[in-house]
Amino acid sequence: MQFWIIQGLNSLSLGGLLFLLSSGFSLIFGLMRLANLTHGAFFMLGTYLAATALRSIDGLNIWVTALGAGAAVAAIGGLFERLVLTRLKGNPLGQVLVTLGMSFIISDACLMIWGGDSIPVPTPQNLQAPTRLFGFVFPTYRLVLVGLAIVAAILLYFLLERTRLGAMIRAGVDDRQMARAVGIPVANLFTIVFCLGAGIAGAAGVLGGPILSAYPGLDADMLPLALIVVILGGIGSLLGAFVGSFIIGFIYTFGTALFPELAYIILFLPMIFVIAFRPQGLFGRVGA
Amino acid sequence: MTISRRQFVNGIAGAGVASLAAPNIVFAQGSEPIRIGLLAAKTGPLASGGIDMDLALTMFLKERNNTLAGRKAELIVADTAGVPATARTKAQELIEKDKVHCLIGPLAAFEALAIADYITEKEMPTLGVAAAEDMTQRHPSPWFVRATSTSAQSAYPLADYALKELKYKKIVTIADDFAYGHEMCAGFQRAFEDGGGKIVQKIFTPLATPDYGSYVAQVKPADAIFLGTAGSNGFRFLRQFIEYGLKDKMAVIGGMTALDESVLRNMGDEALGILTTSWYSAELDNPLNRAFAPAFRKQAKYDPGFYAASTYVSGAVLEAALKTTKGNVEDKKALVAAIRGSNADTVRGVVKFDEFGNVIGNVYIRKVSKTDGRLVNSVIKTYPDVSQFWTYDKAAFLKNPVYSRDYPPAKNLEP
Repeated sequence: MQFWIIQGLNSLSLGGLLFLLSSGFSLIFGLMRLANLTHGAFFMLGTYLAATALRSIDGLNIWVTALGAGAAVAAIGGLFERLVLTRLKGNPLGQVLVTLGMSFIISDACLMIWGGDSIPVPTPQNLQAPTRLFGFVFPTYRLVLVGLAIVAAILLYFLLERTRLGAMIRAGVDDRQMARAVGIPVANLFTIVFCLGAGIAGAAGVLGGPILSAYPGLDADMLPLALIVVILGGIGSLLGAFVGSFIIGFIYTFGTALFPELAYIILFLPMIFVIAFRPQGLFGRVGA
Repeated sequence: MTISRRQFVNGIAGAGVASLAAPNIVFAQGSEPIRIGLLAAKTGPLASGGIDMDLALTMFLKERNNTLAGRKAELIVADTAGVPATARTKAQELIEKDKVHCLIGPLAAFEALAIADYITEKEMPTLGVAAAEDMTQRHPSPWFVRATSTSAQSAYPLADYALKELKYKKIVTIADDFAYGHEMCAGFQRAFEDGGGKIVQKIFTPLATPDYGSYVAQVKPADAIFLGTAGSNGFRFLRQFIEYGLKDKMAVIGGMTALDESVLRNMGDEALGILTTSWYSAELDNPLNRAFAPAFRKQAKYDPGFYAASTYVSGAVLEAALKTTKGNVEDKKALVAAIRGSNADTVRGVVKFDEFGNVIGNVYIRKVSKTDGRLVNSVIKTYPDVSQFWTYDKAAFLKNPVYSRDYPPAKNLEP
């Protein structure tokens, strides 16, 4: 019984982390039709920044760090989008390749700056004591992550559904040509969304730090997960990213617990099914 | 006497052909330096190990004024990036373009396997660092020696220590899901169960596991958990292990790379008291290490561990062999024979090789403790002259298949 409860909680916390990671990816993919392969690197950059900041500045709060790192990564993302991606307008393959190249640049820069060792990110002091539940202990921070994911989901929902910017983004996702025709500044929107996506990834990196630690290769480990969540949940759909994250969280956790040799197969099998039978994903709105 | 033009041209041509045919006559032996090639992963995920390897070997040569056995020595470092194909390319470059006389490295088993056939074909004396068992067991090469350890060689003494001194009866093993992890756990399991212990669970995690949560939750109750991990995975697993409250219920012991000095420097007090086994520790109390460890710490600002010691020890072995051949590296057969027959005194103790080219040397049981405010692996017991076959009969050992995920079969796993 304990096994199921612990793994269930693990699934929820992993799902929460995945949502924070993939919401930005889904937004960018939905609006810009761009599979942003730099996403994992943005996440990792956030984790590294958190590792340095939290270990050197005493009393620095992880929430503030998340906002700060998110802003820094958003700025980098914005520069990248303006200076590089816009020049490749109309060349989708070129854009994807350039995001891949950027991910290599970022990961090598991280290796140069921070070295090859794994750097732990300290868990916030007041969340270090484990929670006692039904006779066993569970790390408190993981439970908090679930809450954070829900808060992020609500904030993003309000952004997309209740603000003018959100309406413009949704319009762009639904029909880019029409949106342009109606006068929505799609190019500026692209930059804003790319910044937003990168920023969320960076902040997610900070929040995931206490669980994952900053290490070279973190970007390559996280990117496939974001891809799977978005493909499963549907491109451009926030609800899809949310539901998809938790489904993948459960599949991954219980899959590796029950069939450890098949760890990666278990992860990619649902994605293959979805692509074969329902290409737009569970909640996808993007047409062709 | 006047020389005719024809005689002149023939004479020059003859001298030219003669000098091509016998280059030893043109270059006096000993006047060109000994070229040592180092294959290390200086970029990519294995980079921190590769950087240490380079640093230690460069330090070794600098301490000796770049002179070994009276002859100038030159180090050429090639970055393999931890990719087998690159390791192969770089090995080719070192051997054919830079014309090195011997190779040190590479670190990863998959890199070593990529160049194994090539170094045998090119007859290049190689002091390897990678731990793959079969390179000195069922597929040995006369040109390859290893001064570090096979995957399981350092694990046997810990199994013995766990049985006899710690009196553990049930242990869970966890390692990365690739050959190194399989081989180390298999060796540990064999020695532990042959002594009456039981391995109740074997967990193998994919190399790329960002979150160890679900694995930690699977760990069954036992006296201890054995970490057969490499690089930073062990330390990340340990963090989760502690967060789930398991460190209060089970002891933690580890293999030679689980809590290496390079990992320890990023850890905190949670690591105190953990026992690991390795063929080296920065705290070893012998005259050579008493000089090496502080010197390395001064340069690198951290303690030397597995990777730094691997090339420093290999350098010492090479130097001893060169003293035997009196600086001659051109006679490759003599050089590799001298390496294999050497009895070098190094920072890990005396290193000698068995007939397969693997080291017979001391293995140390270490405990994490604090000295001068930093975490170190203090040596608590020495197992002298440990060979890759431990106490098993060599012929019988080699008849068995190589250690793997399922060999030896784990008979005591709890459902």
